[in-house]
Amino acid sequence: MVPTSYYLILSAMIFAIGATGVLVRRNALIVFMCVEMMLNSVNLTLIALSRQWGNLNGQVFVFMIMAVAAAEVAVGLAILIANTRHRESINIDEINLLKW
Amino acid sequence: MTLPTLFFILIGAISLAAAAGVVLSRQPVHSALFLLTNFATLAILYVMLDAQFLAAAQVIIYAGGIVILILFVIMLIGGDTNDFMAGQRTWSRYIGLALGILLLASLVISVFRGFTQPAADPAALQGGVPEAVGLALFSQYLLPFELASILLLVALLGALVLGRQAGTVSHTGAASQRPAGDD
Repeated sequence: MVPTSYYLILSAMIFAIGATGVLVRRNALIVFMCVEMMLNSVNLTLIALSRQWGNLNGQVFVFMIMAVAAAEVAVGLAILIANTRHRESINIDEINLLKW
Repeated sequence: MTLPTLFFILIGAISLAAAAGVVLSRQPVHSALFLLTNFATLAILYVMLDAQFLAAAQVIIYAGGIVILILFVIMLIGGDTNDFMAGQRTWSRYIGLALGILLLASLVISVFRGFTQPAADPAALQGGVPEAVGLALFSQYLLPFELASILLLVALLGALVLGRQAGTVSHTGAASQRPAGDD
């Protein structure tokens, strides 16, 4: 059986790569994909710890996270499309409509 | 080194390479395909972790639903490919990279320092088959499950409203001329 800490390290690496992508990239779509990747790495953590403690609660949490991620993708992409329609850009530096 | 560990290292390396590909690709389409690879490798890891139902759900929801949705949006709005240079502040890239390395270091250190291995009881998971997850979901977690369905309904309506063209709102059927192309 692969030790749980290996999964946690892999998950931390994927999370860090995703977070770096959010900070580095300027294309809103790619930032979006990086956020999805971070959500997935957290899912991997929950499932690994669920096996570690022999408890199904972690897997139920992952199911809920999947539902929330689906909702987030639908609304987020709709916002992107609505923004592109009157701004003609998906560069997140130029999406500053709500900036004070 | 046992066979499962070798397999884990192989799958983990593919997963990490795909994750790096998402960040480093210039074309958003390539990023989306790397993201698909990443999700598929995670599904394989879920099977190894006694979560068979969630592995199937991962493939269906993420690979089958979310990546396809992202690909549709990429086809709709395209994407400027040279966004590496788009930021006015070139130093923000290096700050982002440094913060990412710092995050990784702190996460890895905290796992190594604080993680102790209690006695695992894999039999309680029952392999994460749909029956076991469903029993937990519909007995102990019934209220969150119903709330999740409400959340999905609200998100569906929100995506419909946001994706509608301004100006096609009429007194009869609101968005009848134009189907919501984003959900």
